[in-house]
Amino acid sequence: MSIISILFYFLSFLAVGSAIMMLISKNPIHSILWLIVIFFAISGHYVLMNAQFLAIVNIIVYAGAIMVLFLFVVMLMNLNAETEPVKNHRLQLIGVVSGGLLLLVLLSAVMKTKANLPVQMVVGEEGLIQNLGKTLFTYYVVPFELSSILFLSAMVGAVVISKKD
Amino acid sequence: MDIKAYIALSLILFCTGIVGVLVRRNAIIIFMCIELMLNSVNLLLVAFSKMHAVSAAAKASSTFAADAQIFVFFIMVVAAAEVSVGLAIIVMLYRNTHSIDINFLNRLKN
Repeated sequence: MSIISILFYFLSFLAVGSAIMMLISKNPIHSILWLIVIFFAISGHYVLMNAQFLAIVNIIVYAGAIMVLFLFVVMLMNLNAETEPVKNHRLQLIGVVSGGLLLLVLLSAVMKTKANLPVQMVVGEEGLIQNLGKTLFTYYVVPFELSSILFLSAMVGAVVISKKD
Repeated sequence: MDIKAYIALSLILFCTGIVGVLVRRNAIIIFMCIELMLNSVNLLLVAFSKMHAVSAAAKASSTFAADAQIFVFFIMVVAAAEVSVGLAIIVMLYRNTHSIDINFLNRLKN
């Protein structure tokens, strides 16, 4: 068992275990912290596949900006385990069973395929900032500029929605 | 590693997100589960791009395999915009009902 597969299984178990902990923890702040652990595990996967730019952006944008926004909102509303609304147990059981059945169907459909191509690990140039930047600013410059308009409209929308009138 | 391992990991994370949406009633937790689903799809896209990086078509043109990672970058951009608007909606819901229970949203129909 090579070091790469050890790292892969470690990061995978970390991600899946944190996802389950995120679901079962009552306190919303604990859920947010577990989600940050998931994001770091996924960034570890990106580093393992030598997608360095996405690893850094994942940490900066998700763990840095989005989760701080979540934490800020949760602390603003002063949520804790006592104010947590609980569904009744039958609905929870139905949710878990249906999600598990979906997982079963998808996994069995995928695992039956014969093709099992290898994924290039550790090496590879296409995830580096230089190549991604060249591709982004030559072939994808119009979507890049459109996303700035999207951000502007999201900013205006957030202010308009949350404004007290 | 093989592509099937990455597909399995992404499917498990995605279905965990679906179970979270179905099980929890806190609107913020449901929103976080949607983020988890987006992230599992991002992971799968990067894995597929690295799978295609060893193919012959990718060796012919250098931008071929970078396309999927640009796509992941745009997914992150859209997710950031979505989170800002969604959290604004949740804050407005909390201000009106003093709760973030998702079941209060059925008041919209009256």
